Amino acid sequence: MKPWIAYWSILRKDMRTYYLKPPNVSWGIIFPLAWTLMFFIKSDSAVDVRSLLPGVMALSILFGTTSMLAVTVTFEKKGRSFDRLLLAPIPLELLMLAKTSGAVFFGTLNAFVPVVMAAFVVDLGGVIWWQVVVAVVLIAVSSTFLGLFIAVAVSEVFEAQTFSNFFRFPMVFLCGLFFPVEVLPLPLRTLSHAIPLTYGADMLHGGVNHAARMPIVLSVAVLLGFCAALFLVSLRNIRQKWIT
Amino acid sequence: MITKMNDPGTVAIEACGLTKRFADVLAVDRVDFDVREGEVFGFLGPNGAGKTTTINMLTGLARPTAGTIRYFGRDVTQNRKKAQHLMGVVPDESNLYPELTGHENLCFCASLYGMRKREREDRARRLLDLFDLADAAGRKFAVYSKGMKRKLVIAAGIIHNPPILFLDEPTTGIDVPSARQIRQMLADLKSQGTTIFLTTHYIEEAERLCERIAFIVDGKLVKLDTLNNLVRDIQNQHVVEFTLSGCDTDLTGPLQNAFSDGTFERISDTVLRMRTDQPVHLAPLVRFLEDRSVDVTEARIIRPSLEDVFVAVTGIELERMRSEKDKGGRGR
Repeated sequence: MKPWIAYWSILRKDMRTYYLKPPNVSWGIIFPLAWTLMFFIKSDSAVDVRSLLPGVMALSILFGTTSMLAVTVTFEKKGRSFDRLLLAPIPLELLMLAKTSGAVFFGTLNAFVPVVMAAFVVDLGGVIWWQVVVAVVLIAVSSTFLGLFIAVAVSEVFEAQTFSNFFRFPMVFLCGLFFPVEVLPLPLRTLSHAIPLTYGADMLHGGVNHAARMPIVLSVAVLLGFCAALFLVSLRNIRQKWIT
Repeated sequence: MITKMNDPGTVAIEACGLTKRFADVLAVDRVDFDVREGEVFGFLGPNGAGKTTTINMLTGLARPTAGTIRYFGRDVTQNRKKAQHLMGVVPDESNLYPELTGHENLCFCASLYGMRKREREDRARRLLDLFDLADAAGRKFAVYSKGMKRKLVIAAGIIHNPPILFLDEPTTGIDVPSARQIRQMLADLKSQGTTIFLTTHYIEEAERLCERIAFIVDGKLVKLDTLNNLVRDIQNQHVVEFTLSGCDTDLTGPLQNAFSDGTFERISDTVLRMRTDQPVHLAPLVRFLEDRSVDVTEARIIRPSLEDVFVAVTGIELERMRSEKDKGGRGR
């Protein structure tokens, strides 16, 4: 038995079937454009696209990964094709890594769509690219595992979408992308440090605008912790809920 | 890793005290059985009897509440993953990908068992030919007919040549030619030595294919034996079927009064059935009917079948079970 064959096959099928469909790139285009336009309309002066870039990148990843994974896993579970994967002689951990790898790749790809668009209108010189890439990948992994956690918690596709919003919208407003964490009231400030996007957004601010509040090592460590916790909790939930 | 033994005497699957409880529902209650290597084992019961739950426990889709599961002597109760490379599973409902073609579905399923590209493509092509699906290989699964879908799901179940095959209602709701083709394929697999665990509500299918049969009712195993032994148990019952002409009224009441050692059942307007524990003396019966201007055009002795055994053991009429199934009722 060669588990990597199964892993690659699941990843390839998901990419083809769900992620690399032309309309899906809207997560990387519509969000950046909508948010940039919103700030353009609201602002009296010219919009600083570079200062907005970390926010729209993070949003593209967060909404893209959580939406797609919550829908695809719930859809397959509902259609019973997920049972076929559970019957395959591959460890559950590897199976779920295969199912989530597509979303991680998709989220990472989406994040760079606004970067490419921004490159036409602003100078991106001085960006610390390695830090941006690390941040994007870690946001993509943690958001994907959040999507997995949501997908395992519900049984209908529409529930997955509504339940996702329960997590996503508070995260958007509390993570420091659009309102600095320092200006939030103390209870909300505490809450903002309990969500993974705060650390990812801070790393992106550091990479793009050299304005990180926290040491990068701390952000990476916390994000890795969130990723591990969300993945392990999701695996436990799958074992308890789907292998009843 | 567990390996098969290639010895017909070997027990391939063993369930001891297998129990499954869902909240306050006892779906499977202390079920014991073994399936020998190369055997076709029938698992029969009405809807909701616990057939699918038993399969789910054996294959790893459900956790037993109690009991043990062994494959080729190895206890896998806590980790059925260890035995999943040995089994092919054909569920009662389609679980393939509607957006993939028939060929892609088979290749994808093969890859889940670690088969390399060339190997899985060759195997997929062979199975598509075997099931007369070669012309539809490039079409999406979503547009397949019900019979074609069923055949592809079975092909996906055997794509990796499993030594053990679980089949949950393989011919339910499909056309006669497809059902015949599937039964022939099962007979071929049996002759190749595949161990088959079959649930069906088509008694004649079980009668034709299975060596041993277990009846499950309300989660309990009520009978398990070879086909011959099961039928022998009710051979002391005599059944005669009369074909009548000129019979306008229901004569079962008068017949019952006149021949109290038997029970009479009107099967249709022209067919009457008598069951008794004694050998049937035809002459008085025929005379009784002729006296009432009814011609007996044929009298046939009905040999006991598995259907009779099923009815005797479970108390459930098959027609009722079939109509429930056709209405879309699903077994647990």
